[in-house]
Amino acid sequence: MIELQNVAIGYSGHDLISEMSLRLVPGSFHFLTGPSGAGKTSFLKMCYAEMLPTAGQMALFGRDVHSINRDERAMMRQRIGVVHQDCQFLDHLSVAENVALPLTVSGRSVHGQELRELLSWVGLRSQADALPPELSGGERQRAALARAVMMSPDILLADEPTGNLDWEMSLRLLTLLVELNRMGKTVVIATHDMNLIRQAKAQVSARVLRISGHRLQLAGADL
Amino acid sequence: MDHAASARVVPPTGFTARLTLVTAAAMAFLAVFALALSLATDRLATRWSDALARSATVRITAPAEEMDTRLDSVMKVLGETPGIRTFRALDDSEMDALLQPWFGADLPLDALPLPRLVELNESAQGIDAKGLQLRLDAEAPGAVLDDHTRWRRPLVAAAERMRFLGILSLLLIGGAMAGMITLAAQAALAANVQVIRTLRLIGAQDRFIALAFVRRFTGRGLAGAAAGTALGMIAVAFLPAANDAGGFLTGLGFSGAGWLWPLFIPVLAGIVAYGATQMAAMRMLKGIR
Ligand SMILES: Nc1ncnc2c1ncn2[C@@H]1O[C@H](COP(=O)(O)OP(=O)(O)OP(=O)(O)O)[C@@H](O)[C@H]1O
Ligand SMILES: [Mg+2]
Repeated sequence: MIELQNVAIGYSGHDLISEMSLRLVPGSFHFLTGPSGAGKTSFLKMCYAEMLPTAGQMALFGRDVHSINRDERAMMRQRIGVVHQDCQFLDHLSVAENVALPLTVSGRSVHGQELRELLSWVGLRSQADALPPELSGGERQRAALARAVMMSPDILLADEPTGNLDWEMSLRLLTLLVELNRMGKTVVIATHDMNLIRQAKAQVSARVLRISGHRLQLAGADL
Repeated sequence: MDHAASARVVPPTGFTARLTLVTAAAMAFLAVFALALSLATDRLATRWSDALARSATVRITAPAEEMDTRLDSVMKVLGETPGIRTFRALDDSEMDALLQPWFGADLPLDALPLPRLVELNESAQGIDAKGLQLRLDAEAPGAVLDDHTRWRRPLVAAAERMRFLGILSLLLIGGAMAGMITLAAQAALAANVQVIRTLRLIGAQDRFIALAFVRRFTGRGLAGAAAGTALGMIAVAFLPAANDAGGFLTGLGFSGAGWLWPLFIPVLAGIVAYGATQMAAMRMLKGIR
């Protein structure tokens, strides 16, 4: 799915993370941790080709990311579901329309029944017609998750998806992600929440990637 | 691609929408007049240059008893001059017809010392007016060549200049409209950067995003221009009709199939709006990954 060889990313000439070598294979489950500002969000941006590596080789779905054109990038993003840290909705469209948006932009028709089931799954059935600014932080994150899985993507990237959720809701969301992983999706979750990681390890064979000192390391089993 | 869906993803913009609509209408209104001007001056220039194309008159003044010999000399000279296709002397009834509007019906032509007129048509090669006049002076004193070209040529030049200005105005109006729609589209695009970013993030292709804006502005350009064109055509239709005096101001308007020309204005406005918005959108999208 995603292959990195000696990859570096950074902003305006400064490397944020360098010498990353990693393979994200189908069906794998990764957590991504590290202090605030370490570059977790940036790493995920690289994964959906919002940022390009400044050094090294990176392949996305078997393609060199530097050779992907704009339309191909769009097509790849249809296969990558992302729960952004700041969610990013179209505020003039209802929650239901936002969740269905990936289908809309790829020219696919929306099945009302599926959409309703998905909204129930994230517990937003009754807010379907609300506008995103009317949602609470946690509701926004659940809506973002629903949108991310709408296209049944091969890869799911979630940036602090439980940041605004209570423990119970966090667990529910984790269960959703584990379910998706069992269906064969590659999952990467950036989080600070060690309890969440521990909880996940009880359910799946999750690996933990840690960013520290501008390097990406596979953390040991010592959590 | 689902057109209605792409229209929904951009939030509605009330003010720029109305502004684009009204400006397109105003531009189309002006374009109708520029077009009417171009067509009218085109007609005029063609009419004048056809008329003066190569017709001239020789006017013979002579005492009555010498008139016939003078006329013969003139006919002889004309017959030998290169560049003349046909020529003939106007007879009394034609003279009558020419003078009647000025002097009334019961004009005793015989009693008046009227000049005789010989009308000539030049061939494509044309005549050497100066040379002909010199020969007339020598062979038939009192015969004067009236070269119509001399006084009509500046009029034709003026008409052609007007036609050029009309066409230039059309081009300028088209350019101004393209500029205006580009500005409006750019404003709309800039106001929606966040929307566009989000759409890109969830996998929208450029053409889907561009279409949302292009549809909107093409629609407005088309609708505005259609309204402006309709108003302009009504205004032209109610201009005072051209009369015999056939001046050029009263001749401003469309005639016959000419009424079809302004119908192209909304179509062109739509094309201009489409191109301008497409370019603005693509330029903007280039900055978003
Ligand atoms: N667009 C940008 N231009 C320049 N620098 C940036 C940009 N985005 C992020 N940075 C910098 O890169 C660093 C990493 O940012 P990033 O958002 O990836 O961190 P993070 O690990 O996700 O942090 P957090 O846990 O707070 O979300 C930060 O120092 C940030 O200031
Ligand atoms: Mg972050």
